[in-house]
Amino acid sequence: MRILKFLLQKEFKQIFRNRSILTMILMMPVVQLLIMPLAADYEIKNIHIALVDLDKSPYAEDLQEAILASGYFISVGDFNSFEEANQAFEKGTADLILEIPAHFEKEIIDFKKTSLNISANAINGVKATVGSAYLNQVINRFAQKLQANISGGIQVESLNWYNPFLNYQAFMVPGILVLLVTMVGVYMTSLNIVKEKEVGTIEQINVSPIKKYHFILGKLIPFLIIGFFVFSLGLFGVARLVYGIVPIGSILALYSFLFLYLIAVLGIGMMLSTYAETQQQAMSLAFFIMMIFILMGGLFTAVESMPEWAQWVAALNPVTYFIEVVRLVVLKGSGFKDLLPQFGIIALMAIISNSWAILNYRKTT
Amino acid sequence: MEVVIKAEKLSKAFGDFIATNAISFEVYKGEIFGFLGANGAGKTTAIRMLCGLSKPSSGEATIAGFDIYRETESIKKNIGYMSQKFSLYEDLTVAENLRFYGGIYGLGRKELKEASEAVIKNLGLEQERKKLVSSLPLGWKQKLAFSVAIMHEPKLVFLDEPTGGVDPVTRRQFWDLIHQAAARGITVFVTTHYMDEAEYCDRISMMVDGEMKALDTPRNLKKQFGVDSMDAVFYEMARGAKRSD
Repeated sequence: MRILKFLLQKEFKQIFRNRSILTMILMMPVVQLLIMPLAADYEIKNIHIALVDLDKSPYAEDLQEAILASGYFISVGDFNSFEEANQAFEKGTADLILEIPAHFEKEIIDFKKTSLNISANAINGVKATVGSAYLNQVINRFAQKLQANISGGIQVESLNWYNPFLNYQAFMVPGILVLLVTMVGVYMTSLNIVKEKEVGTIEQINVSPIKKYHFILGKLIPFLIIGFFVFSLGLFGVARLVYGIVPIGSILALYSFLFLYLIAVLGIGMMLSTYAETQQQAMSLAFFIMMIFILMGGLFTAVESMPEWAQWVAALNPVTYFIEVVRLVVLKGSGFKDLLPQFGIIALMAIISNSWAILNYRKTT
Repeated sequence: MEVVIKAEKLSKAFGDFIATNAISFEVYKGEIFGFLGANGAGKTTAIRMLCGLSKPSSGEATIAGFDIYRETESIKKNIGYMSQKFSLYEDLTVAENLRFYGGIYGLGRKELKEASEAVIKNLGLEQERKKLVSSLPLGWKQKLAFSVAIMHEPKLVFLDEPTGGVDPVTRRQFWDLIHQAAARGITVFVTTHYMDEAEYCDRISMMVDGEMKALDTPRNLKKQFGVDSMDAVFYEMARGAKRSD
């Protein structure tokens, strides 16, 4: 235990003396949580729409009003023909064209089928798809209202449970928090250990009577503490004060999971460090792993909508489970009982990554 | 005489390459044992095996009576090690390095304090104790690294090219430290490229292409080759070498 005390003292002195690491610990959660959720927002606003109204009837006007009142669309002007509107497309000023045909109102009143023409500029595929989908929704609602007026038809109302206003920040912030903690684990641990290799101090440690578990605990504990600090700063500092996100589930369950999760990712960081001889190699390896972790963890793309092979990759990704857990606890109010499967899997991952690191560390000495 | 290192046909192969080929020798307590050889002759490989950093391919050896296969943990308690790669923490102060290394060798609170003070006083580092090691000149770092390596009073210390890159005056001071340690009964096992340093050793071994080609006192080696300096002995021996870098 005394040896561990000396190792921890040394580690903390080095960490607190290194300004770049300190900046990373304090600034990364604050800055990333302030900037990323605002930018990484799936909600698309400000879709530029070119309106071609060939009918000029009250119904046509009602429809256009409904579209602009939805708040997602900005009119780039009224055009007299599709060809004219098309020029706005060519210039890149419009994302969508809506053409209301002549006799639109008359056909509705006569109970005939009528059609609207929507064209989307698919250079920005997301804007085109999401924009058309929004437009379809607005038009459907408009059509339902007309139908209800005429025949008292069915109205569909949908409610979003657990995140009633589909607040993207409530959805993104916990996920980004998970990525931050993961970065602390993978980058800091692997770089720290590889630095000792590069400088040669690890050799000095290896000829000393320090036991392997001493060395590993001496590296795990400081970064475990930093991980807890970063997560808490993000959750109780930024998420709460800036976004007003307050977890409604069990904080104890969340932190218990965080503990297992950190052990798992710190193990991954240590495992990477056994494969790298220089900090540059460690950085490249860690970057590669982080890219997969970030892109295939269900933060930016829902795991359910990935192809099957990608779902397998996501299933092996610890980030996937922590994002699930954070969202369940923060938004849905889940507790230990609901999270048993995730607890099981992350515990298994922690065992695997650390055993891998320890076995491989042995071989290299 | 008490035997501190006893090696018997110790070998290490990396694939087809035999880095160290069946070397046998003994080193006695309190002796300064020079381990010479050209670059790539297999010196570092041999030292790493003796320290328990790498497993031999074949052969036997004991360090301070402990077997290098089975009792590496006991060996580690009884040796000090200073490598050609400088091994103090540059981002810790002089005092912090002393505290850390003394601490991991299990020195008690009082011993640790006394040993640290002794090193600082002996090296004249009173003004520098709170300075980061990175701010010290290379020669001072090396003297400090050596003092740290023997802080726990080991039976034996391995020095792998300890004086690389420093001026002759500092090297001379470094050797004074080595003689002080040997006088206290610490056996010194040292590799070097400087032949003037070889003259300071009690006995010298010469490694050529992974084999130990000679082992004797500097005086006897010079006599044997009919030359008047260790430099000349080294040339005579190394001329036949096939490996070099």
